[in-house]
Amino acid sequence: MHELSIAMSIVDMAQEEAERRDVTIDAVYLELGALSGVVAEALSFSYEMACSGTPLEGSRLVIKQVPIEAYCSCCKVTRTVSSIQWFCCPECGTPTPEIIHGKELAITALEVHDERRTAPAGSA
Amino acid sequence: MSAGPRLLEVRKNVLKQNDLMARALRERFRAQCTFVVSLVSSPGAGKTAFLEKMLTMLQPHYRAAALVGDLATENDAIRLARSRAPVKQITTGTLCHLEAAMVERALDGWQTGQLDFLFIENVGNLVCPSSYDLGENLRLVLLSVTEGEDKPLKYPTIFNSADVAVISKADLAGAVEFDGDLLKANLEAVRPGMRYFSVSAKTGAGMDECLEFLTERMAEFAQRTPA
Repeated sequence: MHELSIAMSIVDMAQEEAERRDVTIDAVYLELGALSGVVAEALSFSYEMACSGTPLEGSRLVIKQVPIEAYCSCCKVTRTVSSIQWFCCPECGTPTPEIIHGKELAITALEVHDERRTAPAGSA
Repeated sequence: MSAGPRLLEVRKNVLKQNDLMARALRERFRAQCTFVVSLVSSPGAGKTAFLEKMLTMLQPHYRAAALVGDLATENDAIRLARSRAPVKQITTGTLCHLEAAMVERALDGWQTGQLDFLFIENVGNLVCPSSYDLGENLRLVLLSVTEGEDKPLKYPTIFNSADVAVISKADLAGAVEFDGDLLKANLEAVRPGMRYFSVSAKTGAGMDECLEFLTERMAEFAQRTPA
């Protein structure tokens, strides 16, 4: 269960960006690859806890799940693998060790507004 | 003067700090010409027994050391010290995995001299360690025959992130009716082309092949590294 420490990193990074741009965050958009080793449900749950007492309290985490895409050396194209347990081309069955997408764990956008929210009492 | 909500595009890798630290470690190891192997497995798969045997076998010819991660106790470091290789324990408290910064801190002030090999034994866990780059050159995943042939299918992320697999406790394979062919098929499904070795740290079976593989990979690494 490392999702809480990852959620805390997300909150820190987003808040740093918000301060730099002098805005308040309503939502954080995240790309989460199926091979990232992070579980979306656990991350959403942890995000609420990580936001508590920070200027991001009440903000949303919008997770876009990224499927695993691998390069098929036979078809010479990138294809979505059919299962995390079966790394092969869904068309021709060739094993696909070369992963193109699916390891993402990245903030891609912030939904913000310009009014600065007052930090909750007691927060640093 | 308040404008409505708007979307700001940003691109920030959440594990950037760890990745930067891992990259710095990798460069440092390359400058020192130290080949770094990390070990991941579930608890009790035999990482420490494998490592103790491997360190003992490497000792006469190579300078090798080990960092071992656990939530608590120095037991693994004490066991590994029997190999007479320099060993240091990292206790993570309640953390379920090692991060690059912990490796960096553990190396700080540790007098090992020039090393050919550094092994980093991660906390026994097949989930969380997969996300964290430790600056290693090779990630070795162990699974014991007693865990069942479907371990790669149950934990595909960690198996996919590893470079080589070691099937441990091979001396018990008969007792647990371990199906080696089924395991091979499962490994191939989650990580096509992955090399694997079947070993018993207890009897020494298969350890020579694994040692040869590691020393070959180390030699290739040393060749690519400017002297």
